[in-house]
Amino acid sequence: MSDTPLMISIEHVHKWFDDFHVLKDINLTVREGERIVIAGPSGSGKSTLIRCINRLEAHQEGRIMVDGVELTDDLKRIDAVRREVGMVFQQFNLFPHMTVLENCTLAPIWVRKMPQAEAEKLAMKFLERVKIPEQAKKFPGQLSGGQQQRVAIARALCMQPKIMLFDEPTSALDPEMIKEVLDVMVELAQDGMTMVCVTHEMGFARQVANRVVFMDEGEIVEEAAPEIFFSTPKNERTKAFLAQIL
Amino acid sequence: MQSVKWLRKNLFSDVWNSALTLFALWVIYISVPPLLDWAIFKAVWEGNGNTCREITSGACWPFVKANLGQFIYGRYPESELWRVNLTFVLGVAGLIPMLMPSAPAKKWNLIYLVVAYPLIAIVLLAGDRPGLVGVDTSLWGGLLVTLVVAVTGIVVSLPLGILLALGRRSDMPAIRMLSIAFIEFWRGVPLVTVLFMASVMLPLFLPEGVSFDNLLRCLIGVALFSSAYMAEVVRGGLQAIPRGQYEAARAVGMSYWQTMGLIILPQALRHVIPGIVNTFIGLFKDTTLVLIVGIFDLLGQVRAQLSDPNWAVPEGATTGYVFAALVFWVFCFGMSRYSVFMERRLNTDHRN
Ligand SMILES: Nc1ncnc2c1ncn2[C@@H]1O[C@H](COP(=O)(O)OP(=O)(O)O)[C@@H](O)[C@H]1O
Ligand SMILES: [Mg+2]
Repeated sequence: MSDTPLMISIEHVHKWFDDFHVLKDINLTVREGERIVIAGPSGSGKSTLIRCINRLEAHQEGRIMVDGVELTDDLKRIDAVRREVGMVFQQFNLFPHMTVLENCTLAPIWVRKMPQAEAEKLAMKFLERVKIPEQAKKFPGQLSGGQQQRVAIARALCMQPKIMLFDEPTSALDPEMIKEVLDVMVELAQDGMTMVCVTHEMGFARQVANRVVFMDEGEIVEEAAPEIFFSTPKNERTKAFLAQIL
Repeated sequence: MQSVKWLRKNLFSDVWNSALTLFALWVIYISVPPLLDWAIFKAVWEGNGNTCREITSGACWPFVKANLGQFIYGRYPESELWRVNLTFVLGVAGLIPMLMPSAPAKKWNLIYLVVAYPLIAIVLLAGDRPGLVGVDTSLWGGLLVTLVVAVTGIVVSLPLGILLALGRRSDMPAIRMLSIAFIEFWRGVPLVTVLFMASVMLPLFLPEGVSFDNLLRCLIGVALFSSAYMAEVVRGGLQAIPRGQYEAARAVGMSYWQTMGLIILPQALRHVIPGIVNTFIGLFKDTTLVLIVGIFDLLGQVRAQLSDPNWAVPEGATTGYVFAALVFWVFCFGMSRYSVFMERRLNTDHRN
């Protein structure tokens, strides 16, 4: 992996919400095809960090480069980055007034200016990949949580992004639905997608992550390959966290 | 048997319920028969003012019949009435397919209704063009004026109200401040004052020789006034949309206007259909206020015809007002029913 190009580089990034210092000197690089899992206690700044990668949040100090584009206030750059970065949210955030198919074709049609027929073909391809092509004509409100999250993944994939961000994609799901979503994510990883996942699914981290990043109180406390991270964590806070969730 | 059971269960289930049922029956008994007598059985249906002076037991419908032309068209010249009728027909022809969810080509239909039709209507009604005789707006009156004021208010207030609501929630301080100032100014002033200002005060500020039409000034006043109300209704809808919807739209690279137009507004407006229709209904009834600046809407026209000595009859005023009320009620009730229909339809659309 160390020879593939850099997709994301985060250098000395700080962020404040008013006077609350939420990200403190964050440094992280992600190469093409790498899978990074971010873990850490609630409120440690994991969501804020990955939301900085597609500028849903703005950082105040440091530098974030995504696919060679530095994120600044420049809207053109932000849009360029967002076209290449897909995001999956904890609460799915599907558009409830549109069918599953329309959810998936919307951005390709309006942002990529793709003809409708082509966008629908593409959408069906990805809906098949997340194993729910038969739900294409339904509305999100008619689907189970697991199905909705898989639609959300398909929706993001329809923009054919180079990077996928996941913010606790299984935390809002009933236990019996977690696996169907994780299976889709594992397949995506096996296909070589560059992924940054905030998750507490340690089985998933073991199976697909190249590196696990542990955050606490706005800092990256530890960063290691999963076998090392789980067997011989160095930091006391990591140990305490692992003891709690494993 | 079934119906007795139903009565027992719904109307006489206990003492209190039975008492209420009996009270309701009593209210119906004392109010409905006299009303029917007045409006139908003891009313004057044929004749003229003299007939109505002799028979005073009920409504004087000949008054309405004889003045129906004025009630609908005001003093619009008789030979040009076809223009009003054509305008009306063209409007209905555009409106009906727009209101039917299954009718095709909504986009073109909308463009016709909000762009082409107003232009056609202005040319047809005012006729300031070669080949058509100009009809000064001081001759317009009756239902024509009521509809012109109401439709203008409705057509302008929805888009303008949406823009104001978006402006009020904008990240840009200048736009936000301007929107707030505009909305709070118009909401803080009674419509009567707005109309007076438009009709009496505004000409004083305009340079010598510049004058524009009294009706037009009132139309602008009414449109801006109702836009401020509409903005607050729409803002309520915007507030109901979770932040995740904005974020999901932005995350796939949609621009501000795409996010608003495709994701946020379609949902927000659905939430506030009752509020929007309520504002429309309020606006429709408020059009009667133009009377105070010398414009004769339906109600004003009814009052004007009452001062005709031929129709100085005991039941004339009541009959005229009941007629006006009935016409207003038909329009407002129609809007209300349509909004219920749309809400139901949208709810079954995406059951969630
Ligand atoms: N928009 C915001 N305004 C102010 N504080 C925020 C905002 N979003 C998050 N925070 C705070 O920042 C901290 C980190 O939040 P978050 O990144 O969501 O943590 P995590 O995802 O690790 O649980 C929390 O203390 C949270 O309360
Ligand atoms: Mg979080």
